[in-house]
Amino acid sequence: MHGMWGMLLAFAVGSAQAAVTDVTLDNGMRVIVQEDHRAPVMVSQVWYRAGSMDEFNGTTGVAHVLEHMMFRGTKTVPPGEFSKRIAAAGGRENAFTSRDHTAYFEQMQKDRLELAIQLESDRMANLVISDELFAKEIQVVMEERRLRTDDQAQSVVYEHLMANAYQAHPYRRPIIGWMDDLQNMTGQDARDWYARWYAPNNATLVVAGDVKADEVIGLAKRYFGPLPAHVLPVRKPQAEPPQIGGKRIVVKAPAQVPYLLMAWHAPTLRDWDKDTTPYALQILAGVLSGNDSARLQKSLVKTQQIAVNAGADYDAVARGPGMFMIDATPAQGKSVAALEQAIRLEIQRIQREGISEAELARVKAQVIAADVYQRDSLFYQAMQLGEYVTAGLPPEALVHRVDKLRAVTAMEVQAAAQQWLKDDQLSVAELDPQALGQQPGPAAMSGVHDVN
Amino acid sequence: MSTNSGSIKAFFVALWVCLPVSAQATLAIQHWQTPQGAQVYFVESHELPMLDIAVDFPAGSARDPAGMAGLAQLTHVLLDQGAGGLSDTAIAYSLADVGAELSGRLDRDRAGVTLRTLSSAAEKNKALDVFARVLQQPDFPEAVVKREKQRLIAAIREAEADPANVADKAFYRALYGTHPYAHDEAGDPAAIERMTRSELQAFYRTHYSAPNAVMSLMGDITRAEAEAIADRLAAGLSRAAAVPALPKPVPAPASDTRIAHPSTQSHVLVGVVGMARSDPDYFPLFVGNYVLGGGGFDSRLMREVRDKRGYAYSAYSYFMPLMEAGPFELGLQTKLEQTDDALKVAQTTLRDFITNGPSEAELTQAKSNLTGGFPLRIDSNKKILDYLSVIGFYRLPLDYLDTWVDQVNAVDVDAVKQAFVRRIDPDKLATVVVGAGGAR
Repeated sequence: MHGMWGMLLAFAVGSAQAAVTDVTLDNGMRVIVQEDHRAPVMVSQVWYRAGSMDEFNGTTGVAHVLEHMMFRGTKTVPPGEFSKRIAAAGGRENAFTSRDHTAYFEQMQKDRLELAIQLESDRMANLVISDELFAKEIQVVMEERRLRTDDQAQSVVYEHLMANAYQAHPYRRPIIGWMDDLQNMTGQDARDWYARWYAPNNATLVVAGDVKADEVIGLAKRYFGPLPAHVLPVRKPQAEPPQIGGKRIVVKAPAQVPYLLMAWHAPTLRDWDKDTTPYALQILAGVLSGNDSARLQKSLVKTQQIAVNAGADYDAVARGPGMFMIDATPAQGKSVAALEQAIRLEIQRIQREGISEAELARVKAQVIAADVYQRDSLFYQAMQLGEYVTAGLPPEALVHRVDKLRAVTAMEVQAAAQQWLKDDQLSVAELDPQALGQQPGPAAMSGVHDVN
Repeated sequence: MSTNSGSIKAFFVALWVCLPVSAQATLAIQHWQTPQGAQVYFVESHELPMLDIAVDFPAGSARDPAGMAGLAQLTHVLLDQGAGGLSDTAIAYSLADVGAELSGRLDRDRAGVTLRTLSSAAEKNKALDVFARVLQQPDFPEAVVKREKQRLIAAIREAEADPANVADKAFYRALYGTHPYAHDEAGDPAAIERMTRSELQAFYRTHYSAPNAVMSLMGDITRAEAEAIADRLAAGLSRAAAVPALPKPVPAPASDTRIAHPSTQSHVLVGVVGMARSDPDYFPLFVGNYVLGGGGFDSRLMREVRDKRGYAYSAYSYFMPLMEAGPFELGLQTKLEQTDDALKVAQTTLRDFITNGPSEAELTQAKSNLTGGFPLRIDSNKKILDYLSVIGFYRLPLDYLDTWVDQVNAVDVDAVKQAFVRRIDPDKLATVVVGAGGAR
């Protein structure tokens, strides 16, 4: 392992990758630039700190609907023109909405950044939402919901589990929105959302690629600089009260194979330098399912053969609270109940006996290598910066991420499992498969990521 | 070995790299053959301390013997589940210990194994040692074969609930009848259940041989080291002769397949047997299809089906060029009650495009996007590796990427029109609709 540290240090010194530039314009808009001169291309992303967690009951899904409307015309750019102009310049563009944010991006040759910035600054302030185009687009969004959620049994399970695991926090609502809210949404709902959140002081421009930071900042000042800041609404914390007992739901949906999803409440990164638990939970997820023979795979899939698939997932970076999740598909002839019991035994084993130094070193080696590999993707680099900043974390937190993960001890992983993977903080959902021959029940309901 | 199907589709979305400054500069692809007959493609790049390798064989699902649909997939899945005396767990740990990532891909034509590793000596050597065993000495342990069969069958069962998967299977059956492209990679559960260890070993020996191998290397190594790695990987493979060509698909008659499914949407697919990777009409069809349904928000299908009518989230068309003629596919998904209306709009859009072709303005727009976006096709090691694999596997000219922009620019309205008329007879389409009761 020592060999690798040496390599990485040497590499950091000789790297073509410059430091991150992070400035804030006079109107409150943040601009972050990651220079990377490997290829003559760039990606530009505008991140708004407005996601489904900022919505109200009755208009769930409006953050994502607005994302769709952002392609349907401004005062000076007619409907369809945005995409057409970017395409004519050889670019690729799209957008995505999450619980925490809505982001818009263009990938282009490096010398075409100005076009992207000009068009993005225009639609930050001058969007036109006509009732006529809204009426068409809301149909598209409902089709998106049918495609990605209603007709995907595991997505339905996820949506139901979130709606039950959280009782107060807005993370309980699906990003795409409840179907009934979509059916009753109006152009005015979208216009209100746009007026409330689309402002330079609620946005971050992230540009990565073969660009010069000062030139990017110059363009940002020229195009975004003149846009006035808005007074943003007060954001209530809506903190989730402590869960005081396990929850359990059954979801019946057309499917051939059962499915199990378990979620424990968990913290997310707040003070990137002082916090330790979120890093320990990331390592724990790696110990459980970070390779083809990690604990869940080895025990459940290979040895006991009680599952055909099993995985653990935890995201430390979010504006709201976190979840540590495990999902699994039982093997033919095995029950979901037996599978759940087997997963619980694996967790209890870590809580009781901890993890081995070899497992810890293995996960860390993967973290270190992945940090090199991800530099092969400009888009991913920009994406990470946007996520961190939108979640209220400085780019510095990203720079030190690997060091923080390397510092995690086996004891910390065990302690995190003991403290957070408790039955009283657990919600369990089971998919009870219904024969495919039957007609569907009432439309079921979330995706994690909705791309325009 | 995790797999994903239809990876050739990615070729349309394909790549520009480090060194060149202008969009016309060349990517220095080095090519040679090992003494054992493996074809090697290499791009040297030291910007990131990492190495990507892909080794591909003509061992995709079109090579499944009659009555044994799924044999190619099962063989491929088992490669890293015990090899060269290392157990599945030892393989997984050895790779993770050095941060290496081993993955697989399988489609109708190709079975590939890829390795991503740090290029520092200790990590790279360890990763390559495991990689070589996986390629050269899969053990196919009896107990593991039994386990992986059950996992594959479970995955097939799970996919049966997905209307997109049901439609895809029916579409290929309608287009390809008895041709080996007719069945998908996953195969047939009953056939998988019957497969034996010796059948897997036999399939492995005849397909995963040096003369069948295409090796692609991209990253932080020298030419000398690339040669040494290729030789070492090829030396441990069998010498089984190159597999014979697949039969030529014959054009399918018009058909209309309706399948009942408890989904809230209908999944609609329309198409014909399209073109092979070697087709002289490749560029006119590729560029023309941008206008029809390949250009996303910039395409006619998206405009007619989604923007104007709100009928679907996704509406698209593409040619998937394979070793032999792959499909032309047009697709959309819409709520049950407007299925016929949406299908009619798609058919009208397709018919109009074939009759009248694209306008000059549309074609100019398509060419601007494709040529202007060319640098994005090769802006990462991963994308370049994928191009090396395609160039090698389909025997494309070495200057394929150098001439790509010119080839796109050379396409004119007439060429598009003629190529589409030759390929797609709007009266002979295969149509598949999955959803609701299945009746009209």
